[in-house]
Amino acid sequence: MRNIRLMAASLAAIALVATACGDSDDNPAVGGGQSNTPAETRPTFEAGTTMANLQNKGKIVVGVKFDQPGLGQKNPITNKVEGFDVEVAKQIALGIFGGSINDIESKIEFRESITANREVFIENGTVDMVVATYTINDARKQRIDFAGPYYVAGQDIMVKANDNSIRGVNDLAGKKTCSVRNSTPAANIKRLVPTADLTEFDQYSDCVQALRDNRVTSVTTDNSILLGFVAASPTEFKIVGNKFTEEPYGIGVRKGDDAFRTFINDRLEAIYANGEWAKLFQATLGTLGIPTPAPPRVDRYVSGSAPAPTTTTTTARP
Amino acid sequence: MDVITENLDVFAEGMRRTVELSVLSFILAFALGVVLAGLRVSPVPPLRWASATFVELVRNTPLLVLMFIVVFAFPSIGFTWSYFLSAVIVLAAYTATFVGETVRSGINSVSKGQVEAARALGLTFPQVLRLVVMPQALRTVVGPLGGIFIALLKNSGVAVAINVNELTSAAAFLGTETAQFIPAFLGAAAAYLMLTIPSGFATNWLEQKVAIKR
Amino acid sequence: MTAPFLGDALGPRGRRQTRILTVISAVVILGLVVVALMRLADKGQLDEAKWEPFTQWPVQRFFLEGIRTTVEVSLVSMVGAMALATFLALARLARTGALRWATTLFVEFFRGLPLVLLIFFCALGLPAYGVRLSVFWYVAIGLIVYNGCVLGEIFRAGILSLDRGQTEAAYSLGMGYWQAMFLVIIPQAARRMIPAIVSQLVTLLKDSSLGAAVAFEEALRRARINGEFFQNPLQSLFVVAVLYIVVNFALSMLARRLEVRQRRRYKAGAIVVPGAGMDLALMGAQGESAEIADDDTAT
Repeated sequence: MRNIRLMAASLAAIALVATACGDSDDNPAVGGGQSNTPAETRPTFEAGTTMANLQNKGKIVVGVKFDQPGLGQKNPITNKVEGFDVEVAKQIALGIFGGSINDIESKIEFRESITANREVFIENGTVDMVVATYTINDARKQRIDFAGPYYVAGQDIMVKANDNSIRGVNDLAGKKTCSVRNSTPAANIKRLVPTADLTEFDQYSDCVQALRDNRVTSVTTDNSILLGFVAASPTEFKIVGNKFTEEPYGIGVRKGDDAFRTFINDRLEAIYANGEWAKLFQATLGTLGIPTPAPPRVDRYVSGSAPAPTTTTTTARP
Repeated sequence: MDVITENLDVFAEGMRRTVELSVLSFILAFALGVVLAGLRVSPVPPLRWASATFVELVRNTPLLVLMFIVVFAFPSIGFTWSYFLSAVIVLAAYTATFVGETVRSGINSVSKGQVEAARALGLTFPQVLRLVVMPQALRTVVGPLGGIFIALLKNSGVAVAINVNELTSAAAFLGTETAQFIPAFLGAAAAYLMLTIPSGFATNWLEQKVAIKR
Repeated sequence: MTAPFLGDALGPRGRRQTRILTVISAVVILGLVVVALMRLADKGQLDEAKWEPFTQWPVQRFFLEGIRTTVEVSLVSMVGAMALATFLALARLARTGALRWATTLFVEFFRGLPLVLLIFFCALGLPAYGVRLSVFWYVAIGLIVYNGCVLGEIFRAGILSLDRGQTEAAYSLGMGYWQAMFLVIIPQAARRMIPAIVSQLVTLLKDSSLGAAVAFEEALRRARINGEFFQNPLQSLFVVAVLYIVVNFALSMLARRLEVRQRRRYKAGAIVVPGAGMDLALMGAQGESAEIADDDTAT
């Protein structure tokens, strides 16, 4: 039975080739901009705080997106995640572990966070924090806490470059639009324009493809995300340019962990002040053509003070 | 368990979609499967080859990949079907490959003597197929076909990925909305079982009814 | 296969018709392929830019590692499923009614559900209830439970398909139930089930792609990430589809050869599991000599 042996051998060979091809680390952080900031000293933290625990563990697990250009996107060539969210996460990690930007990667494990389980992962400790286009809202504050915001996006609409019929959110009435399943933008559309015909996919590039194929006439989500797609295909798409909501991106941490939240907020303010934030923005979202805004004020609210939302459609998440 | 009781309408709607999806796909799959089986035994080489290639390509590709291909790649070839129709077509094509193999086995199980006798009586090939072979073959494959239908009911859940709001998508939606995953899951599970178990009984009953009494 | 058509060789008119149809069908098929390619080219899907990334080794490796993850989770799940299946099969054949009932309920419950629902529950629901694992294990658990039930039925059918004479001979030699089971029945049944197991591995490989919907970085998810990055979703899908087809086809062929060899060596037919439908890839792997056995091992 030469044939069977041959087949089994070739299958084994395929498996070996795939395995032998160097095991690139799973999700190490990418070496961000050519930052020349000197190595940071490793601070000491009060025992028992999250920061001290992380120092002892030697690593931090961060939930990010893997498919959002400019914010959190995995680069198949380097097999690393890149983007503004990623860079902000690295800065926070630097504040915990010290060291330089180049070797901070070894201390971060990036996990792909999907809409549905961000709160759950924070609650049960699967991730230490989430930096994934995570909009701050009261409903989420019931379950977790936010540091930041570190960027304020707004929901906007993307259409085909030659389509002038849609100028604002109200023009979506009765038209086909697309967003990501169970996301804040999707919930907003259902609330603001109930007559819109909403298609929901698992990722934004599916919406973009649907727009390309004329299955829908527009895609709606945060303008930062849309700009990424427009930048990739400037002749095909354009943004209507009328943001109709405010989407403050925050860093999700466990509810009640005030020490960690304060630390992160302090760190954010530090990188606002020393220009690092602006530099990182330019290196990531800036390359998509977004002008660098002023950094937003961090919100040091008291945990547990957020009112419970009264509307019924707000447990959605991007 | 209020998640279930408060959202019976969501489950009901999902169930309806699932049934629609499955029944339409099955009808299409059956037709396509019989055609595939027929082409496989055709004396015309290109047809045989086309059928065999189609079966191998479709059967060795994951259903999810097929769904994405039809929804995202086919528009470039000129076919922009609605999401529901895309799901029906993909499920039908995938299921047809199994139906085809089953029907072929069924045809092979009809003894040669039948065909020879039919030919001796002067029947043409299409008549032989239609009047002698197929009736006998189809009665033998009722059981496996029932099993294939049940599998199709379950596979229809994959359509959640291409924006078809059937049962699995209802469960995922309710689960994430309310963070009560067990009730949502059990609700959907119960709904699926309400579809698959009766189908199993129906298949057995049908099988008994048409069994060839030897 | 210049087959006799339905048992009868074709006469001169039939041969002529066949020749004409051959030419016509070949032309039509080629024509369709060409039209499809032209349309793709029109939409720019055949542009160099969209295909160029795949010539780069890092991208190739990205995909290959995706396939490796797919294979890993499939193999792990296969082992787990076989363990579970053995337990379930034996439990269902047990003499204790309670165990039999409980197992039957368990198996029929999970076999009546879509795997995709189960995987969603494992990846979204389990974390919500405090179970902390990597996505790999969430997906693996879903695959193990589901395929364990399916395989359990195969194992049971395999055990039952053995000649009664074996069991009787074992008992007459003074073996107890478990002795007979482990020394005589299971080894023989296991041998017969190897083609089914290899086939089921193909199904597992395909099912693992469902992990893409819950952020598991296997082959399909990687293809989608790649498509997002390089703006070439179609091409990435195409490439990963080809990879799946190649791997699965090879495994299917292996399964078929194993089954043919087993048929010759053991004079044992394929194991037919009633009601398994498409869960069993074996349904199609039976090749030309398949027969539908009117099996009465149905419960």
